[in-house]
Amino acid sequence: MENQEYIPIHQLCTTYQVEITFFNELNEVGLIEITTIAEKQCLHQDNISDVEKMIRMHLDLEVNIQGIDVVFNLLQKVDKLQEKLIATENRLRIYEND
Amino acid sequence: MAFIDYYKTLGIAKTATDKEIKKAYRKLARKYHPDVNPNDETAKKKFQEVNEANEVLSNAENRKKYDKYGKDWKHAEEFEKQRQQQGNQQQYYQGQGGGFSESDYSDFFESMFSGGMGGRSRGGSVKFKGQDFNAELHLNLKDVYKTHKRTLTINGKNIRLTIPAGVKNGQVIKIKGHGGPGVNGGPKGNLHIKFSIANHTNFKRDKNNLYATVDLAMYKAILGGDITVDTFNGKVKLKIKAETQNETKVKLKGKGFPVYKKEGQFGDLYITYKIKTPTNLTDKEKELFEELAKLR
Repeated sequence: MENQEYIPIHQLCTTYQVEITFFNELNEVGLIEITTIAEKQCLHQDNISDVEKMIRMHLDLEVNIQGIDVVFNLLQKVDKLQEKLIATENRLRIYEND
Repeated sequence: MAFIDYYKTLGIAKTATDKEIKKAYRKLARKYHPDVNPNDETAKKKFQEVNEANEVLSNAENRKKYDKYGKDWKHAEEFEKQRQQQGNQQQYYQGQGGGFSESDYSDFFESMFSGGMGGRSRGGSVKFKGQDFNAELHLNLKDVYKTHKRTLTINGKNIRLTIPAGVKNGQVIKIKGHGGPGVNGGPKGNLHIKFSIANHTNFKRDKNNLYATVDLAMYKAILGGDITVDTFNGKVKLKIKAETQNETKVKLKGKGFPVYKKEGQFGDLYITYKIKTPTNLTDKEKELFEELAKLR
């Protein structure tokens, strides 16, 4: 495990100007996974993009943690449906011009 | 630039209170925010309009100017000054801007949408990742049969990209750090490249498998024999069993398309035989077929 890939939560709180409770609540509902490294709570860098989205939803749109959870679940469904749609369209090409 | 009715954009009356403006903005922002409408250009545009309307109407001073001067509200002070300089001479404002440039009218608002951050980003010190760029790359099926390098020009910058064999039509790959610059020292955004793959070959593709139809002479189908068929990377010899039926499918294992990011792995090629019956038969051929028919 590369420690450099993990960012301490307190650093994220300073960067994004949000309370640590925000990250703890996201962790509780399973939207992020907080990892403890050298007694510091950290987040993997691959989650940053999603976390930024969650912060924007929370601060810009006043969506609470439960709301963010619902939105993210629905967005995941949309992603899966879009993937399915592309795969189906590609498959349909087999029968085109027959 | 055409006049935009900000009140109409937010769906409120001109008499709306600050609370009503905020409420209308929040409702529309939740509906059209880019984070909840990924890859939706219409929603993004709508969100920009809503944000622009809110920026003006939620600021008491700006709103006052907008109410008085309409589309030229930003030049209100210059306009007032000019009016004063012209003394007591009667002037009627007809909403034409008095020669002021209005080309930069919406530029003021553009910067704040780049990261999909709503109106919070301006002037703040919060670090955010830069805007993710989206690009579409058009390739032919033959191009993606082998891993190859390609140089793309994105926003004036050349990016050398390795395109792995087997990439699928509609697939999106992410290239970290090639998006827009970060806000307030945040990291750069990513570049998302969507592949649009045109197929001009005789093969149909479904994921890693390829499909093709091959014409088979009737005599070969009945008596059996050898034929040579095209695969994606050359010709192969196939044995035709005697009494092969029309629409018979054969699978050529490993002769399909390369599996994405799995070196040396390939899908299969499915060949469907289309049996062609002879035409323009001679009298002798007809006679022989009739004889054959009597035997059945």
